Amino acid sequence: MSTTDDEGTVEAFRRLWAADAVKIVALLVVIYGAYLVSGFVLGYSLRGQLNSLASLTFYIGVFGTLALALNLHWGYTGLFNIGVVGFMAVGIYVMAFVSKPLYGSGGAAQVGGLGLPLPVGILAGMLAAALLGFVVALPALRLRADYLAIVTIAMSEIVRFALLSSTFQQFQVPHTLSGETTRVGFGGGSGLILDFPDPLLALIDVVGLSGAYDRLVGLVGRVVPNNPDPIVHSLVYGVVLLGVVAVYFWLLKRTGESPFGRVLKSIREDEDVARALGKNTDRFKTTSFMLGCALMGLAGILWLMGQGAVTPNFFRPRLTFFVWIALIIGGAGSNTGSVMGGAVFAAVLYQGPLYFQNLVTSVFQPGEAPSSFGPAISPLISNVDPFPFLLYTLDSVRQLQLVVMGVVLVWLMHNRPLGMLGHRKETAAAIPLARPREWGGEPTPPAAGGEDDE
Amino acid sequence: MVSGTESGVTETPGRWLALATDRPLTLVFAAIGLSLLGSLVWGLLITGSVTFSRLGSLVWDGVMRGLVVGLAGIGLSMTYSILNFANFSHGDYITSGAFAGWATTYAIAGLGRADIGSLLLVGAGGSVFGGALGIGVTTTPVAVAAGIVVAGVTTILLALAIDRVVYKPIRSESGITLLITSIGVAFALRYLIQFVFGSDVRGTTASGSIPQVSLYFVDGAVRIDAHDITLLVVAGGLMLGVHLLLQTTKLGKAMRAMSDDEDLARITGIPTERVVRATWVIGGGLTGVAGYVFILWKGTLGFNDGWLLLLLIFAAVILGGIGSIYGAITGGLVIGVAASVSVLWIPSAFSRAAAFVVMIVILLVRPEGLFSGRSTA
Repeated sequence: MSTTDDEGTVEAFRRLWAADAVKIVALLVVIYGAYLVSGFVLGYSLRGQLNSLASLTFYIGVFGTLALALNLHWGYTGLFNIGVVGFMAVGIYVMAFVSKPLYGSGGAAQVGGLGLPLPVGILAGMLAAALLGFVVALPALRLRADYLAIVTIAMSEIVRFALLSSTFQQFQVPHTLSGETTRVGFGGGSGLILDFPDPLLALIDVVGLSGAYDRLVGLVGRVVPNNPDPIVHSLVYGVVLLGVVAVYFWLLKRTGESPFGRVLKSIREDEDVARALGKNTDRFKTTSFMLGCALMGLAGILWLMGQGAVTPNFFRPRLTFFVWIALIIGGAGSNTGSVMGGAVFAAVLYQGPLYFQNLVTSVFQPGEAPSSFGPAISPLISNVDPFPFLLYTLDSVRQLQLVVMGVVLVWLMHNRPLGMLGHRKETAAAIPLARPREWGGEPTPPAAGGEDDE
Repeated sequence: MVSGTESGVTETPGRWLALATDRPLTLVFAAIGLSLLGSLVWGLLITGSVTFSRLGSLVWDGVMRGLVVGLAGIGLSMTYSILNFANFSHGDYITSGAFAGWATTYAIAGLGRADIGSLLLVGAGGSVFGGALGIGVTTTPVAVAAGIVVAGVTTILLALAIDRVVYKPIRSESGITLLITSIGVAFALRYLIQFVFGSDVRGTTASGSIPQVSLYFVDGAVRIDAHDITLLVVAGGLMLGVHLLLQTTKLGKAMRAMSDDEDLARITGIPTERVVRATWVIGGGLTGVAGYVFILWKGTLGFNDGWLLLLLIFAAVILGGIGSIYGAITGGLVIGVAASVSVLWIPSAFSRAAAFVVMIVILLVRPEGLFSGRSTA
């Protein structure tokens, strides 16, 4: 930031920068700009550009929502939940169970569902995730933070094993009052086909914008003549997801600023004090945990309901790890930070390496990569030919991506444990206490003793 | 939450409330346990749906699994109590030790019979097969012994190196900071291993040529093979060794002092950094060997093995009481047998879940663990 400028404009800029929305928008502009430029370098067609923007938006949306939900747990309440995937899995699976059409109503699905409308299914999925949160919270919230960590991750693995097992692959449930049963199930290891009507189109239909949507398809069809429908669909879905992020943001902001949220933060800072002040901290923690779990369930639903199918192994613990990195990059305790962390994670660490792979592949047009490490490394040793090794490295970007993420996490914990905007000090007074000059400049570093010691 | 490192639980608001909520829960769990036991006895004696030999085989299998969990759990328990954090990268130390050891075993057993590169990569991409090399404790004893040593030594070096680079700079941070860091280490290690050794699960031993005896047990046979015995001897010997080391040397006393109160230990003149290093050496060595013998016993090796074992190890350590090596061993055996025997009542896909449920029940009923208040290492 330049300090030589006129005092007034600097002041105005600072005030503008202090607004959370501006930071997020600025970050998004930078990210989208970078993607557009690299797409241009890659020589993407307009279709390719739109596709890459759509998938970028999608991942920013899902990681933003997940990081926000986790921020409620860890940032606000200090609950160390590393079983995020478990709640996501329960959300989408219960939603599928409720909303899939009845078995035998045509289609290739091995099992049916209850055939209820989508909103009912989404609500049921969120409720189920919250309920699971309650069950987990019962033993775990009374214990130390690291015990909660182990219990939650064990729970998420139990959920995955349960969905993988053949026991729940298919079974009969009554679906009418007279007791007729229908074939339902979770599909086991081979997964579940999500054969309910397309949720985005259903939503557009309900809000009465299908005419506008069709016109948009027509409009895009003029520049991308060949089959514009999927592009528009994924772009619009991305925008809807960003809207959901905004709703989550608003909800958590309201929660955090309410008396309820203040108790949560006091629990995070010192639970004994909160209890000494007469707060039933167990109940507050349970409520906060369940709310966060419901939001994670919804995030799981939003991530997968448009994908056509879902398999249990999608919900491996590494997905939880992704959400945690997103939150830590942004800074636990800050909603703005959570969204920004989600965006940075999605753009740089999650999609970035694949983009890099595409870039290198399209620029250098390398040949076939060796199939394993042996053939990759032996030319390097025998006749100093690094080329196969580089090819193999490029080919294994999906694994190395996780190595990079692990190293980034270690680096963050060493150097920036509070992330970009973590644990901002908050004033309890309703009016700003600091002088306007200092107010809202750079993010205030926390006081030395202000971190929670859990 | 309270700072209590010993109790591990927050006090509930009122004692009467604690009594009112805790006691019925204990009773309920006791009733469930008794009914399970009852159904087992019924099946054994009355209906005959469960044979004694099947139960015996399952218990034996569980004891074997439990020895691995307990052996690896000692290291986790030690770092948990002395460095004060739950090390989520512990599972990947197991995997690292296993791969290092098995690379050695392959190289010695297959020397001259296959390309050395493929051997050192433990047959990545299906280039060499352990079965074809005839690997087994009776067929290639030297290769197996060398593998055990290399597994231990490599894991010690790895643990020390990671401690130096990753954990030492943030030693004074809170346990949660270290825990998050260890998750980062875990992912970096695991996918580095996958990058080098590939993602395929390979068979490592010549399963047909392992000598085995059938012990007659009431109504049938319980089979015990040479790898079971190897695991028993190696794990039992190392456990005894650690016991002697910690009980009879000053190091053990220093470790106990440190896990009790680090500041006080330092004031007393205990070289805490040296104790930390000794902790990693002992813990890492046991973990690496545990990884090796686990693979020897089960006969397959994949890059996810350690991670899958880690949650069971956590369950064992919490069950036994953090910081107690006897707790870790006992916890390991309980968890191993519980996971193994649970298939009598529930589908085998849930055996791992059953072990977690045992852990959660213990957390509810006795959160300080079975061996609480007896910090032995």
